[in-house]
Amino acid sequence: MLSMNAIQDPVYRDEPAVEADQRDVQPVISANNVTVSYGDKVALSNVSLHAPANQVTSLIGPSGCGKTTFLRCLNRMNDLIDICRVEGEILVAGQDIYDPAVDVVSLRAHVGMVFQKANPFPKSIFDNVAYGLRIHEMTTSKTELQDRVEFSLKRAGLWDEVSDRLNDSGTSLSGGQQQRLCIARTIAVEPQVILMDEPCSALDPVATARIEELIDELRKKFTIIIVTHSMHQAARISQRTAFFHMGELVEHGETEQIFTTPKDTRTESYITGRIG
Amino acid sequence: MTKSFTEITPALKRRHAAEARFQWIGRVAIVIAIGFLITMVVSIAVIGAGALRQSHIALDVFLDPAEINAEEIKNADFGGVIKAALRTKFSDVTKRRDKRKLYGLVSSEAAYTLRDMVLRNPSLIGTTPKIWFIASDDIDIFFKSHNASGGGEETHRISSKEVAWINEFKKAGDIETRFNSRFFLSGDSREPELAGILSALAGSAFSLAVCFALSFPVGIMAAIYLEEFAPKNRWSDLIEVNINNLAAVPSIVFGLLGLAVLLNTFGLPRSSPLVGGIVLALMTLPTIIIASRAALRAVPPSIREAALGLGASQIQATFHHVAPLALPGMLTGAIVGMARALGETAPLLMIGMVAFIVDVPKSIVAPATALPVQIFLWADSPERAFLEKTCAAIIVLLTFLVVMNLAAVLLRRKFERRF
Ligand SMILES: Nc1ncnc2c1ncn2[C@@H]1O[C@H](COP(=O)(O)OP(=O)(O)OP(=O)(O)O)[C@@H](O)[C@H]1O
Ligand SMILES: [Mg+2]
Repeated sequence: MLSMNAIQDPVYRDEPAVEADQRDVQPVISANNVTVSYGDKVALSNVSLHAPANQVTSLIGPSGCGKTTFLRCLNRMNDLIDICRVEGEILVAGQDIYDPAVDVVSLRAHVGMVFQKANPFPKSIFDNVAYGLRIHEMTTSKTELQDRVEFSLKRAGLWDEVSDRLNDSGTSLSGGQQQRLCIARTIAVEPQVILMDEPCSALDPVATARIEELIDELRKKFTIIIVTHSMHQAARISQRTAFFHMGELVEHGETEQIFTTPKDTRTESYITGRIG
Repeated sequence: MTKSFTEITPALKRRHAAEARFQWIGRVAIVIAIGFLITMVVSIAVIGAGALRQSHIALDVFLDPAEINAEEIKNADFGGVIKAALRTKFSDVTKRRDKRKLYGLVSSEAAYTLRDMVLRNPSLIGTTPKIWFIASDDIDIFFKSHNASGGGEETHRISSKEVAWINEFKKAGDIETRFNSRFFLSGDSREPELAGILSALAGSAFSLAVCFALSFPVGIMAAIYLEEFAPKNRWSDLIEVNINNLAAVPSIVFGLLGLAVLLNTFGLPRSSPLVGGIVLALMTLPTIIIASRAALRAVPPSIREAALGLGASQIQATFHHVAPLALPGMLTGAIVGMARALGETAPLLMIGMVAFIVDVPKSIVAPATALPVQIFLWADSPERAFLEKTCAAIIVLLTFLVVMNLAAVLLRRKFERRF
């Protein structure tokens, strides 16, 4: 119920619709033969994966298999790690993102990320959400900024809990609230692609359901890649699923197919709970 | 493993004994350290406290119109007038040597005190007012140490005659100690009873201001660049090693650098707080850079990632998020560096801030000295009375150091771990 209200929020419901149409025509993300290594250690080898527009792709696999590593390649977050080397080709909207001509700042504005560990800024809740809007100058007035912050917090299902204390520090929230704050912060700037690294790991079932609804709603306009450890979640929200194991992309395809008729025995053992 | 946790094995006993031993060694070490500290502070404070009081002597001075021309007060021989007053009071003193001792009861400043008084109020001429003069250093020390005990013997600095004179003043209530505001309000002097720390304090303040203005912005900018922007390669490693080495370079070397480069090559004014400040800034810079880099490194990388992940540029992430979080740590480092600079003597000696400065410096290019240098100068003086001045100046210096370090600690407390 709560969610429906949020979606119908009048603030700028009709504004980005035109853009969404344009995005539909592009295959959004394709990784070709991506190999990532940390120093001498190869974390991902030869991964080729395509994530179509307006779909949710979930990445599953046992801990340490390279899901986060892959996700961080898609907005070049791995550039920050000195020892990390990425080989192969990654296209976002047809553009090779490791091309020297690409401005990584602009890339990250278009490919947003929710990190595995909630990392709110040690600033007020309001400023956390408003920060992206401010640096990209996405609002022209103070009221518009406030509206968009409120809208984002509502979509992330956090508004009711924080509406009366927007000036408190983001770090004073509980773990799950921080996680939703980070989601609100990311979706506030409306990136074309949203990368979510276990966004529900600290959430209760109600908040999880809220985020799953949000993901489904965001899918209409954006492309989403989500890492999850919950098979049920992957099955519920994603159209496509990719299974990683020990740095390899074992199998990927329609979620339905992966969960019902996996081709690889490793996939089968994982989703039935025998490895992982 | 024993069968039950109630059983105490010899091994367990040994472990407990080792722990108790270690704790006792720690406690003894702390007690020794505190003991030394207290001994030092107390002994300095006891001697230095004397400098806070100054003996004054009252004389009935006949302002002889024959000596003091109302038209030309400035040129009158006020020293002679005071000598005459002393002669009148102790008319039995006739020998030339004794007379010289007698005149030495009051400080050489007395003539100026009297002149200023008459200048302000010329109608005094012709009267015999009672005027308080600063006593000379030996008399001051003798009186302060024997005031409580009453009588007082002659010492090798005070003859029996002088003791008698002092006792005579004492009987009439014409000698007393007063709060020595002069110590805080005047510059250096050859006469211990006249010497004050204001010029040295002002010199230190100017030098530190120059030092802070140069080293803080340069230091934190260098740290931010090295930590957040510079590529990590052989060159940055080389720079890092050299900064660490610079922090360990003896300060006198920086003084030599100042002498050779700032004074001899660039011809900046000798003995000036400007040069002192630059030299201290060079010395403080590595400390600030190292502390600032540590503060930046303590900011969790997830904060950077959060900002960059939203599409902030490197400089936005740094100045909106990382630097503000690191600022208290940087400030703490800067204050600690400043405190070190405040106590620094050697480099200032090299650039001539060791001069005898009476006037309080008015600008950063005026000749000046610094507090620790003043202490060094006084400690070097032969007059015994400078001992208590030295100790009092040390107390002032220590107070500033403690206040600065306290500020650093409070700052660190206040902003500790907000993330
Ligand atoms: N910064 C790094 N430096 C070195 N090695 C790393 C780094 N980050 C990840 N790795 C290594 O890369 C491999 C993949 O890690 P990654 O974080 O991608 O796993 P994951 O699939 O996200 O696991 P989890 O489900 O536990 O989050 C791991 O073996 C890990 O040790
Ligand atoms: Mg992970």
